[in-house]
Amino acid sequence: MLSATAIEVERQGRRILGPVSLELQPGAVTVLVGPNGAGKSTLLEVLAGITRPDRGSVAIAGRLLERTAPRELARRRAVLRQHNELAFAFTAGEVVALGRSPHHGRYRRAIETRLIESALGEAGVGHLALRSYPTLSGGERQRVQFARALAQLATPDGLVERGILLLDEPSASLDPAHQERLFVIARRLARASVLVTAVVHDLNLAALVADRIVMLDAGRIVADGPPEAVLTAERIAAVFGIAVDVLRHPASGRPLLASRLDTRDLRPALEEVA
Amino acid sequence: MTPSALVGRDRPTRTVLIFPGLLLIAVLVTLLALGSGAVAIAPGDVLAILWHRPSGTLDPALARDAVVLVEIRLPRLIAGFAIGAAIAIAGAGMQGLFRNPLADPGLIGISSGAAVAAVGFIVVLGPWLQNTAPELLRFGLPVAAFTGGLVVTALIVAIATRDGRIDVAMLLLGGIAVNALAGALIGLLVFMSDDQQLREATFWMMGSLAAITWPALLQTLPLLVLPLLAIPYAARALNALLLGEADARLLGFAVERTKALVVIVTALAIGAGVAISGIIGFIGLVAPHLARLLVGVDHRLMLPASALLGGTLLVGADLAARLVVLPAELPIGIVTALVGSPFFLWMLQRRLRQPAF
Repeated sequence: MLSATAIEVERQGRRILGPVSLELQPGAVTVLVGPNGAGKSTLLEVLAGITRPDRGSVAIAGRLLERTAPRELARRRAVLRQHNELAFAFTAGEVVALGRSPHHGRYRRAIETRLIESALGEAGVGHLALRSYPTLSGGERQRVQFARALAQLATPDGLVERGILLLDEPSASLDPAHQERLFVIARRLARASVLVTAVVHDLNLAALVADRIVMLDAGRIVADGPPEAVLTAERIAAVFGIAVDVLRHPASGRPLLASRLDTRDLRPALEEVA
Repeated sequence: MTPSALVGRDRPTRTVLIFPGLLLIAVLVTLLALGSGAVAIAPGDVLAILWHRPSGTLDPALARDAVVLVEIRLPRLIAGFAIGAAIAIAGAGMQGLFRNPLADPGLIGISSGAAVAAVGFIVVLGPWLQNTAPELLRFGLPVAAFTGGLVVTALIVAIATRDGRIDVAMLLLGGIAVNALAGALIGLLVFMSDDQQLREATFWMMGSLAAITWPALLQTLPLLVLPLLAIPYAARALNALLLGEADARLLGFAVERTKALVVIVTALAIGAGVAISGIIGFIGLVAPHLARLLVGVDHRLMLPASALLGGTLLVGADLAARLVVLPAELPIGIVTALVGSPFFLWMLQRRLRQPAF
């Protein structure tokens, strides 16, 4: 269990997050949503221990994050971040191999190689293994970084115990097929009792993949619950300032948001393009 | 495709050939350096002297050559190789830390910082120590150079770091400022000094291996070897650091400890090198770059390859410095700069066209 208590983060004297308290359970995909600047990524960075909150604390199973050795944390917690440039030309395979660093010396080389390969395959980047990372496209890099996170949580018998996977806008640069693939894997990990938390921009995607949605606005949590409880037309209008109709997804029964964007307003612009 | 080839982190076939190849080149350059100079010694005689002299079974006809070889060229060769290797791994370490292939200890001012401290030590404390404790003068010089290098390294890291990220423009511009300041300070100290010390200014600014003797070498060698032994401990962390500091921390590495290790290793390598050979530029830029081209980015392979290449390059540059204007010799820094500066420009220009190496 990952818990954040009374978190507050300030930047240049301005409070950009909090006070926020949140308890995340293993075995579920929790999605953080909210408008730009709501503090989603900051909250995720606090949960990952990248950003030290100005007030409040984060604990894993009751143990404070700063009291836990980084190596020990790294053996069960993987984080996929948004930026992913690399100054030197590692191959994609070498980048994924770095995900095994926390487990260094634990398993034989052949086992490590197998784990790296299966992570590459799972993320759909096996064919890129020998390519130089800086020559990859944004989406390909993102998938390689996802493979690195998967490798970090892997063991020869399956998954690390009480694993945690934190994803910051993991699908931002991915095409629809790879978005789906990523969240199918995330959901599978959650079923294997990994704690999965992701920042997602696309509300429809959030509705489809989340067991629980936490909505933030202006640094505070404004709603927290299953998708159908959180994603109501009134709340979306209030928080995002857009008008939507909430339909039911024909296959899953989950909320499906249809924008009421008046397409007639677009017509002059479209005619200009034509 | 074999598993390791798919992952590619071992690059087995390439490294299997590259390391023996590098060793072979190092041995050839070494034999050439030992045999060449005002007194030419054939490679066979070089081997004969090295083999027979310790046991006292040397052909008397080779006695004169043996003195030249063992008393003059051998310490010079060992110093050259060790300094080159140490500068190269310092460069490789700095480039890993700054995540930029242009972070050469010379370009970013660490060598000049060490030189200023060394010259300052000689000019200010030298006359006084000469009379009271000449031993302290000899031992103090590398220490002073190390301290100077350490101060500049820490300063440069502080200047170039903005919000936890390293600004490369600030890094190189800060290096220009430190180099200019160091040049002025060395000039000032030389201005205050006598004729003998004046001649030494060339030594500090352009480097030379001409003055190296066994005692000076043996005193400095441990300081050059220590970085070579210590840097492999940072190799895996340096690999992770290429992803960024936050990501390296998320992978469980003690990033601050790695940074401290690399900074100290760099200051030690550059300080010790400068103390016995003055400023020798560009080896720290060229050797790691060639190493990356040959064995890839993984520091576990790249650091040893850099060390071998750095040692070979410096011995080769010293050979050129000795031979080009026989019987005189050029300052070695001129040779390395003549080769290194165009190389640096080529790297800059390539950098503009493609985002990464």
